[in-house]
Amino acid sequence: MAIRPSHPIQKTPTDLPVLKPFQVAPPAFASASHWLANLPPYTSILLFLPLLIWPFASHAAGEFTMLNAFEALLTWIPFLFASGFLFNVLISLFSMLFGTLAGAVLGLGQISKIGPIRRASWFFTQLFRNSPWLVILFIVLLALPFEFVIFGVIITVPDWMKAVFGLSLPIMANISEIVRGAVLSVPTAQWEAAESLAFSRQQILWRIILPQCFKRMIPPWMNWYAILTMATPLCSLLGVEEIITLSRQAMEAENNHPELLVPFYSFALGMFFLYCYPIARLTIRLERKYAVKL
Amino acid sequence: MVSWTEKDPIVSIKDVHKSFGALEVLKGVSLDVMKGEVICIIGPSGSGKSTLIRCINALNDIQGGSIHVRGIDLTDPHLNKLELRKKVGMVFQQYNLFPHKTAIENVMMAPLLVLKENEDEVRARARDLMKKVRLEEKENAYPGELSGGQQQRVAIARSLAMSPDVMLFDEVTAALDPETVKEVLVTIKDLAQDGMTCILVTHEMGFAREIADHIYFTDNGVIVEHGPPETFFTSAKDPRTKEFLSQIL
Repeated sequence: MAIRPSHPIQKTPTDLPVLKPFQVAPPAFASASHWLANLPPYTSILLFLPLLIWPFASHAAGEFTMLNAFEALLTWIPFLFASGFLFNVLISLFSMLFGTLAGAVLGLGQISKIGPIRRASWFFTQLFRNSPWLVILFIVLLALPFEFVIFGVIITVPDWMKAVFGLSLPIMANISEIVRGAVLSVPTAQWEAAESLAFSRQQILWRIILPQCFKRMIPPWMNWYAILTMATPLCSLLGVEEIITLSRQAMEAENNHPELLVPFYSFALGMFFLYCYPIARLTIRLERKYAVKL
Repeated sequence: MVSWTEKDPIVSIKDVHKSFGALEVLKGVSLDVMKGEVICIIGPSGSGKSTLIRCINALNDIQGGSIHVRGIDLTDPHLNKLELRKKVGMVFQQYNLFPHKTAIENVMMAPLLVLKENEDEVRARARDLMKKVRLEEKENAYPGELSGGQQQRVAIARSLAMSPDVMLFDEVTAALDPETVKEVLVTIKDLAQDGMTCILVTHEMGFAREIADHIYFTDNGVIVEHGPPETFFTSAKDPRTKEFLSQIL
């Protein structure tokens, strides 16, 4: 919102510093959640609309009509949901768990007093924050062996575990930045007050600084979870049997009729929307609640 | 621990120089404080008063000269800052209470975590201190629920909980409303009367005159003039002191 002067502005030239009307910028983080949460709730209905109007809009030349495509989808839905979408959720949860743990360590590393640790943490944060996720996924898939031998026992690494590892890397880097930013957002006066009470650096960090900024980290953290969940279909390119891979397989089983494409992919789209939209709304609510009051 | 006896100054500052980059803030400051003494440092803004007392508990390091607190040499490269800070309490202009802890938790935190004392004993002592600063009924209030003056008194109690030998006060009433200034000054006065060694940076001239044993006037990084309050306020010799006092009084 712009702050408007309540009286007409005098146009007298002046070289005194003047505070011009300014726009209050929204917080820089959580922009994806903002976009998602600002969509009206009926968007989910709109997403399913292609499913409904497609049969009437297109008149298939062949004998396989859109109604047939629909029936096919209905029979596949329980399988696509239970074996497909829930698997995406599982991948996102694991990636988030590992990404958060590693990101917290890396973020604390970024504010370490020890130079090499600080610089290494900074490097890995920037490296994985600024790389395309798909490229990271391919590198992880190709670079990691498909099996480990530990004490003569062969442990095979399924592709989905590699995908979890690959997705947790960019999450780690972004969580690292959240942790660093949150710690730096606590006024230095808090450090000084604690220092003058003879607290050690570790005590200050764990007992005074982190408890104060923990809540502030939750909204951006949830934002990254939503982004991560929406990125899980990337795993289909690695052959992980998640919703997109299974949808393709289901369509093949239905003889690859082109009429199947829109219903099946719209279903996947709708599932992600229904899952991520509430998260985005909650993120915005928490963001307002925990906003730093100046 | 270097030998230190009660006859020696508890804080001894000799020819201290301190720069922030190219800006020299302290240009050779010397002063001694005996145990139980109350000294006030006054002077215009930017004259280095706050920097000076922040050097006493090693929040700022110094580039030249020496500071000894109870015989501990602050210029020692192996200085144990935590040991030093256990003996030197500090109260800030902006109170700096920990906002996620209640008043009494603020007071108890350092003795529990730093001195590793028994919780029941610490709680009993914290209650006494809250009573001493006349806030016993606000024990469980969070800093955000207290007025500036009340927060500042909790901050004083928090520093006292470490049983320091020296208390540093950095313009502790500068951020307060005029009507709450008094309650904080009364608290400090009680403390001084109990024999606590106090070093205050202050703009409250009447208060300085009342409680100080010795007044130091700093300007532009040096001590221009000092003396006991009666002579300092009535017969200042240096023109800079006179000008400052004429503006303030």
